[in-house]
Amino acid sequence: MNREDFPMLKQDVIYFDNSATSLKPNSVINKTSEYYKDFSVSIHRGDYDLSYKVNIMYEEVRLLVANFINAKDKSEIIFTNGTTESLNMIANGFVKNHLLKDDEILITVSEHASNVLPWFRLERKMGVKVKFIPLDDDYHVTVDNFKKMITPRTKCVALAHITNVIGDLRPIKEICKIAKENNIITVIDGAQSASHLKVDVQDIDCDFYAFSAHKCYGPTGVGVLYGKEELLDKLEAINLGGGMNESFDSPTDIYLKSLPLRLEAGTPNIAGVIGFGEAIKYINNIGMDKITSYERDLRNYLYSKLKDISHIDILNKKSESSILTFNVKDIFPQDVAFYLNKYNICIRAGNHCAKLLKEATNVSNTLRISLSFYNTKEEIDLLVDLLKDKNKIRNEML
Amino acid sequence: MDDNLKREIIMEHYQSPLNRKVIEDDDYLKFNTRNESCIDNLDIYIKIDNDLILDIAFEGEACAICISSTSIMIENLIGKSIDEALNFIENFEKMINEKKYDKDLLNNANVYDAIYKQASRKSCAFLPYKGLRETLNKLERK
Repeated sequence: MNREDFPMLKQDVIYFDNSATSLKPNSVINKTSEYYKDFSVSIHRGDYDLSYKVNIMYEEVRLLVANFINAKDKSEIIFTNGTTESLNMIANGFVKNHLLKDDEILITVSEHASNVLPWFRLERKMGVKVKFIPLDDDYHVTVDNFKKMITPRTKCVALAHITNVIGDLRPIKEICKIAKENNIITVIDGAQSASHLKVDVQDIDCDFYAFSAHKCYGPTGVGVLYGKEELLDKLEAINLGGGMNESFDSPTDIYLKSLPLRLEAGTPNIAGVIGFGEAIKYINNIGMDKITSYERDLRNYLYSKLKDISHIDILNKKSESSILTFNVKDIFPQDVAFYLNKYNICIRAGNHCAKLLKEATNVSNTLRISLSFYNTKEEIDLLVDLLKDKNKIRNEML
Repeated sequence: MDDNLKREIIMEHYQSPLNRKVIEDDDYLKFNTRNESCIDNLDIYIKIDNDLILDIAFEGEACAICISSTSIMIENLIGKSIDEALNFIENFEKMINEKKYDKDLLNNANVYDAIYKQASRKSCAFLPYKGLRETLNKLERK
């Protein structure tokens, strides 16, 4: 649906790599370029009208984001340059200062690199232990398996809301509830969820939530770090500089601004943030519930078409997301992706930055189809037609 | 060379590559070669004596272009001196980058002379050569 809003779709291309990034609607593109054309000045400089106006637009987006994920207050929304930066800020600015040697951080092998490597660094640098919650036969996290991993030293759990290869929707709310009862910090990587389902951070009751604008039909280079105010308040700023300090006279005499500005040093990605505001309005106009149900229908349709093809192995048979991961028997995934590329179909081959996942699945590389609301059953039919005939793939993959 | 013949040679080397095996022999040097832009990942084993390449083998996960290219490289470089091998690699690199090269020297490796049309696969074809050149250069410097 809404295909006419996306200029990229006017090209003869079938885009199935929405987990990597989403396409941008006209409203986002126009708003971003409007900033550069009509009011290309900095924020935090209320001395002239243009800056005052841009500042208001920038802060309006903060409110839009707060409402988008139902944060209690807009000061709980920090703009970053993406999920990766948000997660690194949580790891290095908060978790690092609240854990001691031998304390434990729980993750899983299906996390994306940006929810693994920051924790591995803490393990290397301060001797905390990164432990893995076992996955069940479908490679999902269960509440029981999480419970079993809790020890008196468990101090943090960091999980994707939806993972980027298996596409499993985690029981985040129950996990956060149990974590809270055990004084465990909860960090949720929302990169794959924020654009596909309604996120309510108060209902989930997580401590931190991170996601990216560019996967939500917004510009690249903008992300969100949500944190409960009392925790964000204790998050140490990794970047120091302009815009985040009140005054300074000497190394010991520095006064910092309050939230959220204290955590946004330097001139931010103003155009990106303002464009992101349009992306949120765009999603709101369609309605997140409608997006979720359309995408699930589409994924079910894709699954029903692929499941009976004998040379196709689907890795994530059960998935409540819009991700389907598979392999064509005896053909290297990259060769299949190159073959589909000849028909202008974009799908991703590889390990998708989840390099530990092979420990659970015994498959290093896969093909991933990640759908969005602008994809159609007709596009899926074309894809399935091309995948049906293994000889055709072999003959045309070079 | 016509496209069908090229295809046939590539598929033959992809389906039955030369010396695709793990070697556990201290006489062989082992190195890993991989691409940043794709998922090809190979371990290559090479046995050199007195400046002469006596044997090359490989194992790993890679696409059809990369596997076949490795097999063709092995076929061409066994029995060559290090300098001859480096010269071969240089000419192969020139070919995939559409520069002037010695066509006669490259034998059946010429099957990749149009790979530039699929820019993203150039690095797949060159991957074994890239790793081998680094290893040979290190040896030369010693």
